[in-house]
Amino acid sequence: MNLTLSIWRQKGANDKGKMVDYKVTDISEHMSFLEMMDVLNEQLINQGEEPVAFDHDCREGICGMCSMYINGEAHGPDRGVTTCQLHMRMFKDGDTITIEPFRAAAFPVIKDLVVDRSSFERIQQAGGYISVNTSGNTQDANAILIPKEDADKAMDAATCIGCGACVATCKNSSAMLFVGAKVSQYALLPQGQVEATDRVLNMVKQMDEEGFGNCTNTGACEIECPKGISLENIARMNTEFMKASLKG
Amino acid sequence: MGLLKSSIGRKFAMALSAFFLMFFLLQHFAINITSIFPDNGATFNKLSHFMGTNGLVQYVMQPILIFGVVFHFVMGFILELKNKSARKVSYAKNNGAANSTWMSRNMIWSGLAILAFVVLHFIDFWFPEINTKFIQGDWSGLHDGEFRYFHELQHKFLSPIRVGAYIIAFVFLAMHLLHGFNSAFQSVGANNKYTKGLKTFSKIYAIGIPVGFIIIALFHHFNH
Repeated sequence: MNLTLSIWRQKGANDKGKMVDYKVTDISEHMSFLEMMDVLNEQLINQGEEPVAFDHDCREGICGMCSMYINGEAHGPDRGVTTCQLHMRMFKDGDTITIEPFRAAAFPVIKDLVVDRSSFERIQQAGGYISVNTSGNTQDANAILIPKEDADKAMDAATCIGCGACVATCKNSSAMLFVGAKVSQYALLPQGQVEATDRVLNMVKQMDEEGFGNCTNTGACEIECPKGISLENIARMNTEFMKASLKG
Repeated sequence: MGLLKSSIGRKFAMALSAFFLMFFLLQHFAINITSIFPDNGATFNKLSHFMGTNGLVQYVMQPILIFGVVFHFVMGFILELKNKSARKVSYAKNNGAANSTWMSRNMIWSGLAILAFVVLHFIDFWFPEINTKFIQGDWSGLHDGEFRYFHELQHKFLSPIRVGAYIIAFVFLAMHLLHGFNSAFQSVGANNKYTKGLKTFSKIYAIGIPVGFIIIALFHHFNH
């Protein structure tokens, strides 16, 4: 198929940036979206032009690097996939595809489609962990009984890959689905209880300091999340936060 | 007050004020619906006189209500401004309809329409009441020896322009409630096995109450 690509080009963090149109031809419908981008970049290099910078790593939907906003949706029009898992069969011959970086004040553009998501890492560092005694008396995790439902929900929350699609999709650039998932995965397990109060207070404080917006419960994040993280996690974080605030 | 500095604390407070306003709306509707009872306004007059002259309602509940309304609007604007600043460059193409409802994305606009309605409603009913009771000092509720409330209500809805404005405002109210009702529960952390049933109830409330108010306005426009 032959396509027109309207892509955000920005030379560096301080450049203004603009949308630039490119034509690509003979694109197979079996290609992944990133393979199509590779074809475009090869074409640009052969023409002596600067290739389009975009993030990618595993190309199998796990690393969460491929952050593109395609035709007005994070990771494109398909559901439950990252950009690398998006196939060209989702598009038609002659289409114009708009490709932009994830937009949020807390995700500044580094170059073209590459954004800086280290704000997510700072939120994780603020409390997204548990401290385990490794003195030799560590209790085997399998010896601690956990209700099946709690274990399943914690596992579901832990599948968040931190890609930032929730922030990119949210009209308020809110990170609450991400933080909700990270808080929930520990809040549901006994190992997470010891640091529960500090965890949620510190993570939410860091989230606010990074400049993410407020959740207005549109539910768009849940729809666009490639891992299907549920809004239930935001509700749980809200409860955990209020409990922790009252506790001090 | 420290809680109101956090994003979740602000959302929690927004939700609590929404619950309060939704309860008030239900109470307002319950009284107004008596105005279409086939007793020529007798029940409506009695209830209106009680609400308008009872000390607890006038001096305790009314200030709390005004605080709730002002808080909800001010907090709504603060949240909107903060949310706008969280994305400084807009998308060239954004397909919001693919993942969320129009109502959920436009709460600020439906809210502003409701704010405009509240101003109109205050000019129509609240300011004249304040003038009669607190400035003229007339707490009798009488006009020519009869209760004045029902007569005043009927008189207000003679104008088709006012009725039209009220109907438009109630449509915006329905849209605001269709998202806001569930959203308030989510904000206070209630997303559980009851959520599905709650969504059905919220739709009934969000559509039922505004439609009821529309029926009342139309009833008095055509029956006077």
